[in-house]
Amino acid sequence: MSSAVFSTSAPQGRPFAFDNENGAEVCPQPSQPERFAEARPPQRVIDAALPGAFFPGVMTDSRLASVTLASRLAVRPAPEMVSSGIAAMDELTGGLPRGCLTEICGPASSGRSTLMLSALAAATRRGEFCAVVDASDALDPQSVAAAGIELDRLLWVRCGENSHHAEYRVEQLLRVTDLLLESGGFGMIALDLGDLPPQTARRIPLTTWFRFRRAVEHTSTVLLAVERQSIAGSCSSLLIKLGSLKINMSGNRACNTGFQLSPTHAQLLSGIEITAELVRSRMERKPVGSAEIAFASKTAWAG
Amino acid sequence: MFACIFVPNFPVAAVFRAEPELRAQAVAIFEGKPPLEKLLAVNESAGRIGITPGMTKAQSELCSELTLRPRSPLQESVTHAALLDCAQSFSPCVEDAAADTAILDLAGMESLFGSLPEIARNLFRRVAELGLDGNVAVASNPDAAILAARGFSGVTVIPPGKESETLGSLPVEVLFANGSEGKKKEDEEQKESARLLATLDRWGVRNLRALAALPEVALSERLGQEGLRWQQLARGAASRTLVPVEAPAIFEEAIELEYPIVLLEPLAFLLNRLLEQICVRLASRALNTQQLRLTLELQNLAGVDPQLDTCGIPSESDASQGASQKAAQYFISGRQSKFCRTLSLPLPMLDPKLFLKLLQLDLNAHPPGAPILKIHLAAEPARPRSAQGGLFLPPSPEPEKLELTLARIAGLIGESRVGSLELLDTHRAEGFRMRRFVPEATQEKRSPKIGKPLEEKSAVAALRIFRPPLRATVTLENGQMVRVVCAKKKEVQGNVLWKAGPWRSSGDWWEREAWARDEWDIALQNAEGIALFRLVHDLLGGGWFVEGTYD
Repeated sequence: MSSAVFSTSAPQGRPFAFDNENGAEVCPQPSQPERFAEARPPQRVIDAALPGAFFPGVMTDSRLASVTLASRLAVRPAPEMVSSGIAAMDELTGGLPRGCLTEICGPASSGRSTLMLSALAAATRRGEFCAVVDASDALDPQSVAAAGIELDRLLWVRCGENSHHAEYRVEQLLRVTDLLLESGGFGMIALDLGDLPPQTARRIPLTTWFRFRRAVEHTSTVLLAVERQSIAGSCSSLLIKLGSLKINMSGNRACNTGFQLSPTHAQLLSGIEITAELVRSRMERKPVGSAEIAFASKTAWAG
Repeated sequence: MFACIFVPNFPVAAVFRAEPELRAQAVAIFEGKPPLEKLLAVNESAGRIGITPGMTKAQSELCSELTLRPRSPLQESVTHAALLDCAQSFSPCVEDAAADTAILDLAGMESLFGSLPEIARNLFRRVAELGLDGNVAVASNPDAAILAARGFSGVTVIPPGKESETLGSLPVEVLFANGSEGKKKEDEEQKESARLLATLDRWGVRNLRALAALPEVALSERLGQEGLRWQQLARGAASRTLVPVEAPAIFEEAIELEYPIVLLEPLAFLLNRLLEQICVRLASRALNTQQLRLTLELQNLAGVDPQLDTCGIPSESDASQGASQKAAQYFISGRQSKFCRTLSLPLPMLDPKLFLKLLQLDLNAHPPGAPILKIHLAAEPARPRSAQGGLFLPPSPEPEKLELTLARIAGLIGESRVGSLELLDTHRAEGFRMRRFVPEATQEKRSPKIGKPLEEKSAVAALRIFRPPLRATVTLENGQMVRVVCAKKKEVQGNVLWKAGPWRSSGDWWEREAWARDEWDIALQNAEGIALFRLVHDLLGGGWFVEGTYD
């Protein structure tokens, strides 16, 4: 960057950052008043590096000619965000980014599948085609229908049977995902690794996730990974952690830890309250850190 | 105006179409019953080394450079069908004059396809695309066009009124070559032609100009009405009505192999050739295909009964689930068995590379199980799909790419394990079936409402299913369950903190697969925390199962 030329961290007597090794064109050291010029606003500093400015020696360097000025760098557009189908979640994350990898992690019964199906339902309602690559063959068709997913628009890939080794199923999942990403045209591809043991899921090389991220980049596909623990590292643009469970029962008040050992027969599971935490977000102007929300899901029969 | 397409040396041309690599070699086609086989047709290279039609096969075998092929009626019929397709692609009014000859009426075609020479050149190019070396002639009447096509190689356009002048240089034998080389002539007809030709030869009439110049009355006195007809033909003045045929929409290609193929790789080369030929034919008729039927004639190996080889036969469960649109069949005919595969496509397509890949994947999953002697490929024609994508519609997978992707995934994980869901009208657990994922049809059916806000639905708690259900040991105290232990899954065990139920359901009691069960929703305290499960008590079998977890 051109602003680095004026770095005051360069020691006295040493060439500046873009000076060549031969020292054929040594940049003049700024005098004391000029060194104070660094305190000026950055725009003025950049202007100083434009042709015809004070340091002709710097601009005659052929390597500098190919350096793009920071002011002229193309700003990478922020990814388009789509609804996850849950208003509270959209408020927290700003939605799910297209062309990026989003991780949803949490223990069993933390609402991962609920969130995944909700996002898929929202995508199919938008008229998009979606795919679920199911490593554990755990998708419940009744839940899919109850979530409001248009079944015609959902491709379900059931990797392996549960009798197979988890490694074998993971391998199938990765190969199928590669094929689907290569095929293109899907609005959302959800990878369900939720039932895999964390030690197996962690064996997926980081390069695989990087490849997926590159494959999905510049496309309109939302790549969603549901897992117990975050495994994609920095390859994921959004990391949502789902947490504690709170059961809503009809006829009773919501209870968290104070379960009754002998409930009445009139108990009915009417929903689950889910706590979501935004662990990481690469989206602009989004909070990074533990921003938390809670939202409730209801069972299909709760009405 | 009429155009005629003529394929000289038709039996050889048919073989060349199936085996293009033979074009550079000396080839002779023989027919007859062993050991009396005789050469029927030879190509130019064979003629140069002294091989002529009529030689016995034993004689010709003395020449080591010569490649001999048996006459293939199947190839000839397929080539004839391709020739008619080619003619039909230019004019709806086509006469099937002979196996090697097709005549088409060009009236009114100039406004569509350009001038007559342009049409003739396009016809010639289209015939070449079919893998045939044909002659194309355009004249004002069908017979003149036939004679010109038989007599002149390449493209010939005879302007109206110039027929006699143009045809004059042709030898009189052209007239008697009428009828196909591919068809058997009646012996009497052949003798009559030979007698007439000998007579003309005695008169010193060698070409059509000489025949056309003979006095009509004297010719009629000597040769009768037949002689006058020949003279009219020689003058290019004969006129008749075209007898159009409706070319059947049958697109089939076949190859008979000299040696059986064992590996799938060489089979792919042959399939590629057949697919390209079929696609060219379909394209010439502005058609696509939605179904490909591949029939392989297999060598019946001693001791191997293809019926016992189940690798190509889909399981009953597959068939009942209806996930696979492909069907394999074995059946025995005589000493050879046939292996059939049907490739059904969700949409009409026309891409030979895609078809080849799909067939390869299918054959990899379902190998024939015996050496292949004959390949027969048929395409069911279908109208090309007409779909216009909207600028503001969400993207959808490209059908061709998606089909290939689905075939690859099916090859990876099994055909029955990929597709879209269809719920069945039952309360039984797992009441669903997989069906083919077809994105295009649904897109047409339900296009998204642009501009209308999507209604936000509250999230529905999802269940994650354990397939198969996990057998559990339930500890009861005073009739109440207090602890659930699942040996297979460590996470599914702990004290019951909360439960709701039971809910009893049953069904299909009138069938063998009757079911009855009680369901509970339970919360278990385990090492990770609290988790919600669905517990099922099978009332008929008597076991306890954890069916899934609420997540």
